[in-house]
Amino acid sequence: MTEAATSAAPAAGDAPAVEAAGIYKQFGSTQALRGVNLTLQAGRCLGLVGRNGAGKSTLVSILSGIYPPDAGEVRFDGRPAPPLGAAGEWRRRIATVFQHSMVVPELTVAENVFLGHHPGPAGLVDWRAMRQQARQIMADWGFPLDVNQPCARLSVEQRQIVEIARALAAGTRCLLLDEPTAALERAAVTRLFERVRQLTDSGVAVLYISHHLEEVFEICQDAAVIRDGELVLTSPVKDLSKERTVAAMVGTENPALAAAAPAAAQPGEPSAPAGACLEIEHLSAASPQGPVRDVSLRIRPGERVGVTGLLSAGVTTLARVVAGAAPYESGTVAIGGQPLPPARRDRALRAGVGYIPEDRQAEGFVSLLGVAENGTMTIVDWLARRLGWFRPRSRSAAMAPLARTLSIVSAGLGQPVGELSGGNQQKVTVARSIARQPRLIVAIAPTRGVDVASKSLLLAELAAVTERSGAGLLLATDELSDLDICHRVVVLVRGERFAEFGAPPFDREALIAATEGLAVAGSGDGGPPQQTESDERGTA
Amino acid sequence: MTDISERSRAEVEAILQGRSRRAAAISLVREAALVPVLIVLIIVGTVVNPAFLTASNFSGIGAQVSALGVTVVGESLILLIGGMDLSLEGTYGLAPTVAAWLMVPVLEYGSGLDLSPYLAIVILLAVGAAIGLINGLLIVKGRLNGFIVTLGMTIVLAGVQQGIVKGNTLFNLPAAFNYLGAKEFGQLPVSLIVAAVIFVGTGLFLRYHRAGRAIYAVGGNREAARAAGIKVDRIRIGVYITGSVLAAIGGLMEAGRVSAVTGTQGYQEGIIFAVFAAAVIGGVSLRGGRGNMVGAASGVILLGLVQNILDLSNVSNYWIEAVDGGVILFALLLARIIGGEATAE
Repeated sequence: MTEAATSAAPAAGDAPAVEAAGIYKQFGSTQALRGVNLTLQAGRCLGLVGRNGAGKSTLVSILSGIYPPDAGEVRFDGRPAPPLGAAGEWRRRIATVFQHSMVVPELTVAENVFLGHHPGPAGLVDWRAMRQQARQIMADWGFPLDVNQPCARLSVEQRQIVEIARALAAGTRCLLLDEPTAALERAAVTRLFERVRQLTDSGVAVLYISHHLEEVFEICQDAAVIRDGELVLTSPVKDLSKERTVAAMVGTENPALAAAAPAAAQPGEPSAPAGACLEIEHLSAASPQGPVRDVSLRIRPGERVGVTGLLSAGVTTLARVVAGAAPYESGTVAIGGQPLPPARRDRALRAGVGYIPEDRQAEGFVSLLGVAENGTMTIVDWLARRLGWFRPRSRSAAMAPLARTLSIVSAGLGQPVGELSGGNQQKVTVARSIARQPRLIVAIAPTRGVDVASKSLLLAELAAVTERSGAGLLLATDELSDLDICHRVVVLVRGERFAEFGAPPFDREALIAATEGLAVAGSGDGGPPQQTESDERGTA
Repeated sequence: MTDISERSRAEVEAILQGRSRRAAAISLVREAALVPVLIVLIIVGTVVNPAFLTASNFSGIGAQVSALGVTVVGESLILLIGGMDLSLEGTYGLAPTVAAWLMVPVLEYGSGLDLSPYLAIVILLAVGAAIGLINGLLIVKGRLNGFIVTLGMTIVLAGVQQGIVKGNTLFNLPAAFNYLGAKEFGQLPVSLIVAAVIFVGTGLFLRYHRAGRAIYAVGGNREAARAAGIKVDRIRIGVYITGSVLAAIGGLMEAGRVSAVTGTQGYQEGIIFAVFAAAVIGGVSLRGGRGNMVGAASGVILLGLVQNILDLSNVSNYWIEAVDGGVILFALLLARIIGGEATAE
């Protein structure tokens, strides 16, 4: 099984595969890392956890040779790291599978596997050898992938395989997986874990970065917690409890964050029972993200309704249609009694739909513009005086209370959102969606990529906004723990309404069974257990 | 959520004070980045020719750059929304050609319609708006690539311009038509005053108007702007129209300055390179969402000074374009080093 990767594998127990010693890194006025010591042993998987902005990404960048550390040293197998510019040298020692796929969609699997180091003499490409070697790697590791197909056709899971195969082809014996499960379905996650175990069994060192503690507890032998640029806890996983890990992530000086979790998990009664803020009748919509077929749904003011399902079950499409961000073919959508024409985000906004899009990088904010400007982008018509003129100061004034309630951390309301950490960027997106006092909030996977503690805060805030303002919430997510704030949950299967769960707490086994299209009554063979336990329970 | 209690107002002010001072300092450095270059140019000019540092010479530079400047404002707006328009040079030539053709008698290669100059100016603006609308619709609604659409449009416009006047030059334009480009107000050319007003007005618009801010949002991240409820398509088409109208006004200034419309005005002079260069030297990003009018104006002034110094120095006429282009490339590099795009990722 390991013939393809015998190049530079020292026996486990020698010098650590990767060693970072005393790493410091500063960006502008932010000290991102302060004296981090981290070792990766061959054949072991180390889970790196920490809140957004704790320094995980910076550490990954330094370990993969993207930035130099200000102080400290990275060593591979006891030898100093290659100079910063030598990308090829770095890649032979360590390979990173990023959250955002780094495959070239127009090229075939084989080309992507050998990207930048095609086999062949004198710069020519030996296509046969390349295909042959790529096929060999796939066979050695049991990856079920045709090496001749273009990567554009691959799923997220398959693209990850290509990236892992690329690392193995370069003889890399150390892998950094940066939130590899963020865009995967449950079954794919299980398969990924099998692959990671297979890799560590054959002596590869893995650094596993994740927001999901359950995943770390499931597949990692060791765990390291990073907080404010320092490693505050390193321990074998078997000696750790979730409570202790979360406490280390949050820090003892801030118990409020940990305490926010239970509040999020207890939805009360919807505040105003009369009327409907959203009425969907027989809605059908086609979309590459999965079609919606003949779905009807009503949401009352103050009611929080979760919609969940598998990746292409139409959950995202339904939410985007309601937000006015995607077109629909037939049926009706009415916001507070007013019909919504297809794909008119501006009309939906004015009808009172706040929208937290799925991909915040792509749709959530304008990275060059400031916190205040992004957060108030939905209410410029309110801020403007005659003929559309307004004072920039009025934006900051409108944003300040929002920034405080959502505890957005920034160097000022004028700081470009692109400079903020991921969690704060998400909060700016949330601020933008609630600034207009919406009648209905449409949130798609709002906690994706947000750390455990901030996740609870964010959900609690969404729940609180609906309590305060009587707005309805349509929460489209595949993160089952997010659904705890909902009054009821609708499960879509292949675009159709498959099941509805009436009142919390929702039975996770049954939810998972329903998303797979299995009868609700039956217990069903639930997905992997790491998906069925809520993050919030760890903190409670 | 929009009403702010007194308690938080103090807090807001505190945040604003701290932040705005820092931000102001940063933006001042960036916007002033070209000032040393301008000073060096003025010193060089003074050394090259004593006639350089005179009021009349500067008035001449002003008249010369204002047409370019107004067109640069148009291109900057289009760059800010993340687009590009190569056909502004075509509009710059065609719009005044059409207007002049409608006024001039048949014997002087006109149409013989003898249109009033005021009506002709309205038509000039309408021609600009129409070209911008067509570009905007093709790019935004037709989802065509802006580069290739406007490149094609440039050729079309230049062809129509040649076709209308059959290669001739239209002289004897009415004084009212020439007023904007030729008249002086004391020592100050009217065109310079108008250009300055357009620069300042656009700058204020970009900073203090809803639509101006929407331009930055659309250019910075189109999908995010759409998700925030901004009417992205309308903004983009509107900006293409505005840009073309500004180019038409630039063309009117140029026609007035030389008291004629030649078949070569615009496209055959190749002014689009200078337009792009001024915008980019001034820190307007080709990727959209970044740049301002202070920068664009300093880019224009810089090009005007370079052009003037070359005219005053004894560079051979045959070599002047090569030197001109070389200096612009050097200025681009310099602008990249001292600020502007250097902060982009």
